[in-house]
Amino acid sequence: MIDVMDGGFFTTVQDGGRSGYRHAGVPVGGAMDAWAYRLANALVGNEGDEAVLEATMAGPTLRFYVETVIAVCGGDFPCTLNGRPLPLWKPEIVRPGDILKIGVCRAGWRAYIAVSGGIAVPPVMGSRSTYVPARLGGLSGRPLQPGDALPTGAVCRHRVAKPLRWGLARSASRYIGGKTKMVRAVPGPEYCEFTPESCGQFFAARYEVTPQSDRIGYRLFGPALALGREREMVSEAVVFGTVQVPASGQPIVLMADSQTTGGYPRIAQVAAADLPVLAQARPGDCIQFQPIAPEEAARLYIEQQQRLGRWIAAIRRQWGENSEND
Amino acid sequence: MEYTLVPLCEYAITVRFASCIDETVNDIVHRTAVQLQAAQKEGIMEIVPAFSSLTVYYDPLVAGNYADVCTWLRENIGSSGQDARRSTRTTVIPVCYGGEFGPDLADVARFHGMTEDEVVALHSAGRYRVYMIGFSPGFSYLGGLSPRLATPRRTVPRTMVPAGSVGIAGGQTGVYPLATPGGWQLIGRTPLKLFDPHREEPSLLSAGDIVQFRPIGVEEFACLERGT
Repeated sequence: MIDVMDGGFFTTVQDGGRSGYRHAGVPVGGAMDAWAYRLANALVGNEGDEAVLEATMAGPTLRFYVETVIAVCGGDFPCTLNGRPLPLWKPEIVRPGDILKIGVCRAGWRAYIAVSGGIAVPPVMGSRSTYVPARLGGLSGRPLQPGDALPTGAVCRHRVAKPLRWGLARSASRYIGGKTKMVRAVPGPEYCEFTPESCGQFFAARYEVTPQSDRIGYRLFGPALALGREREMVSEAVVFGTVQVPASGQPIVLMADSQTTGGYPRIAQVAAADLPVLAQARPGDCIQFQPIAPEEAARLYIEQQQRLGRWIAAIRRQWGENSEND
Repeated sequence: MEYTLVPLCEYAITVRFASCIDETVNDIVHRTAVQLQAAQKEGIMEIVPAFSSLTVYYDPLVAGNYADVCTWLRENIGSSGQDARRSTRTTVIPVCYGGEFGPDLADVARFHGMTEDEVVALHSAGRYRVYMIGFSPGFSYLGGLSPRLATPRRTVPRTMVPAGSVGIAGGQTGVYPLATPGGWQLIGRTPLKLFDPHREEPSLLSAGDIVQFRPIGVEEFACLERGT
């Protein structure tokens, strides 16, 4: 069990998402930064899709009542365990009574706190992810509050048997940080319906992430985009990374909790491989979209999955060595 | 019917038959969805119908790349199953019209120069079709509202509309599955849960269903609410 002493700015339980219910209008949701989420889970020895905590901007303070392994991955949040600095991207053993304090993010925007065995809130529709607008999943479908108690899954004894002196190399977190984010995107289904100037501008100008940005979507601010000819749109599917342009002309990038269908023209689709970069963008950061072909986006996505697979395999080997030397 | 295949992202393709809200086109969308469900292919995750298109979600590491899935789609759309039977399930939704459950019923009646009873009679006489589910969990876009009931949205949206509220917005009618802010003209409320995450099928309605509204009184509303 974990006691929530301070919930932080906006901390929710998230896992790989609630897939298979788009036909019922239910967003997939799940961790915004799938890269950090998967690595955090692997670092604590989890199999894959266990639920973790996703912290935003300012992290929570947690008191542990179990002996377990934790790892914090994602943005550069100052973390302490019982007052001593705790490195990110590294597994760490915690004991009953230990206090993990996660401060205000210095670079990036979100952190993933994984616990060996996972956060064991009951799954709703096959997922523990919190979807706040419909109060689904997580802890009563809402962000953490002081006084909350988080159940945790079973921990393998050998995981906490001896000190863990390894972590991930810096290259795992190189995508985090920087005021201007390069984000690759494929022209969207309605791209050709925008004026040539708007099409050019979208990929040439920088768009600022406004404070009206959350897990549902990032509202961007920059040169206004216009359709060549106004027309009534009929709602079609949208996904994480779809860039739609409402009448204001200011683009909105739909994020993990986006609705399943939308009725605004879609100027672009962010490459899935660059969604972690976007998930770590904070209000005030600038997005520079770079056009790529759909085949290129597909290749990048598969390459990223393979790279992630290699990192996870390396982590599993470390865990293997850890238990062999018992 | 002619269609185009539109890549949506690395793991989804939209099959677009048209860009309109039309019963015949929507019917083809649902028939095609049934057909593709039956065709089965490893790595196809979900097939989701919309007004005049449907979107196929797949795992590119299992189902193959865009071209592979397009080939499978071309092989399976329209060929054998143009006559594929889709479910024409009819769901009757009991609605307590007016009063505290339908605070805008009087305004809607006044707008059309009708009595409240006439609005209720007209609304509950309709056979509505679930064109698609989207916007929010369990929200159904219903087609078939009598043009005589088309009413503009409220100028000031409500900050909270209770779950089950039945409303009219322009030429559309629908039921709020969850308590959310909203600007629809509220004419009644159903005690049924349009969306329940703990049901095996969380959404009461599915795309392609037929919906009818049945007027009920306050007592029946209370009984049904206790029962659900």
